[in-house]
Amino acid sequence: MRVGVKLLLIAAAVLAAGIAIGFYVSHLTTLAGSPAYSVPVHNVNGHPVVDLEIETVAAVGSKLSPNPDWVSYLVRTKDNGWQRMTVWDLPANATVHVTWFNFDGASGLRNPYLGRPQGVVANHILVYNKPVDRVDPNLASHTFAVPALGLIVAVPGVPDDAKHPCGYAPCSPGKDSHVTVHFTFHTTTPGHYRWQCFVPCAAGWLYGFGGPMQTIGYMDGFLNVKA
Amino acid sequence: MASEPTAATPSGESTNLGLRVVVAWLVLSAIATPLVAIYVGPLIPPGNGSVQAQGQTFSNQVMVGLITPVLCLMAVFFAYGLIRFHMRANETALEGPPIRNDSRIQLLWLVITTTMVLFLAGFGTYELLKDGAGGGQGPDPIALPAHHHTAFPVQVIGQQWEFTYRYPTLGGMESNQLVLPENTLVVLHVTSLDVIHSFWAYQLGVKADANPGTDNVAYVTTKGPLVFHVRCAELCGLWHGYMFDNGFVVSHTAFTHWAARAVALYRSIKPYVNRPPEKGGAPFSLTYLPAPPGRAG
Repeated sequence: MRVGVKLLLIAAAVLAAGIAIGFYVSHLTTLAGSPAYSVPVHNVNGHPVVDLEIETVAAVGSKLSPNPDWVSYLVRTKDNGWQRMTVWDLPANATVHVTWFNFDGASGLRNPYLGRPQGVVANHILVYNKPVDRVDPNLASHTFAVPALGLIVAVPGVPDDAKHPCGYAPCSPGKDSHVTVHFTFHTTTPGHYRWQCFVPCAAGWLYGFGGPMQTIGYMDGFLNVKA
Repeated sequence: MASEPTAATPSGESTNLGLRVVVAWLVLSAIATPLVAIYVGPLIPPGNGSVQAQGQTFSNQVMVGLITPVLCLMAVFFAYGLIRFHMRANETALEGPPIRNDSRIQLLWLVITTTMVLFLAGFGTYELLKDGAGGGQGPDPIALPAHHHTAFPVQVIGQQWEFTYRYPTLGGMESNQLVLPENTLVVLHVTSLDVIHSFWAYQLGVKADANPGTDNVAYVTTKGPLVFHVRCAELCGLWHGYMFDNGFVVSHTAFTHWAARAVALYRSIKPYVNRPPEKGGAPFSLTYLPAPPGRAG
């Protein structure tokens, strides 16, 4: 084989590998193997408004995950069911009303400062419908944080002596002990905004930050903010 | 036995070849070095965002200036070799003349390279020791800028996956935004709550590892208003690539206004932060350890 042909083949192989890596990275940073859920949007005076319902569970269960003991976020979908999807499509410059049901106990924040709600409308959240401008870091169970939006919200844990603790997801706000949090934030320009939990809540993993904390689809995800 | 035909080059031609290479190199260097200094020099990072960044840029400019003639020599040598000695069509392959030792060239090569390396070692050491060059110096820094005892302290705390900042002189206020006053010597105390991160404020010329249990000290002298990038430079897990934010150098007036708002926002959580660690608090300290509270770990 002529040298020129060999060089051409090598160049083509390098180009193909580069494109494959590009696709992989693009996939990882946008969907990351977790299906995206398009949250329904309604308009109020021409302004896009979204009602997002999420829950956090101590163990996701075998129906929703091959890792049934992993802690996880779930989202309520259009069929009124709870799904393990952490990539959400949201409109740009929208108002997002979040209702968060937490069925997990307290783990505690490593950085207590993150117990201060930030980036939310009026700088406070509603816990059991009461305005709160701080969550005891020691009693925090999880956080919903979108660093690029400056959004940080911590949720208190379900007390250890709760009457109806939820074992495995999906958990029901109607029958299982939980903490309900409401807050509102605004999306901004289109883009992929990662979100995460800051509480080291992955039981059994090194420093509580392995497994579900490092896997999109459990305690991490994206807001795909679209124009 | 007949000897192999060789492409023996008369010694006179050899001298001419060497002279041609040297002349071509000198001409190219005389043209390229000023051009590089004038057109490439101002583009060399990290820029003039701080006194330390300016120093790093100057160091990079000196190195680029020094390396330009070296690159020119290589380019001329390769180009001349390819043009002068490549095999023409229908030419018989001949073995070249034997390469002979020339102690003068060896000595010249040793002197030039040794001088350059020693100069760069001395120059680099001086630049590093002058004011720390924006690098993390560990808990006991030796490259102290003038008036370092009056530096404005800011603690940088890395955690998976965000940097937060504490301002000890503002009541220990903590913020997820890094805002610094202009024309101020700042001492950054960089540490981590969990794994190893690296605090990299690119346009400020600051880079310091954030290790749990370690107070890594770096100095930076801000200049005028600036938006700079902060990112983590140590692979630290899932969202390492997203551990990115903007920091701001602002006027003293703007800084005072920002600090007042940040202190007010911080006020509600402050009592919880100042509780003892066994009660879930993390009062101000130069270092923290990733003692996992609750069930984790």
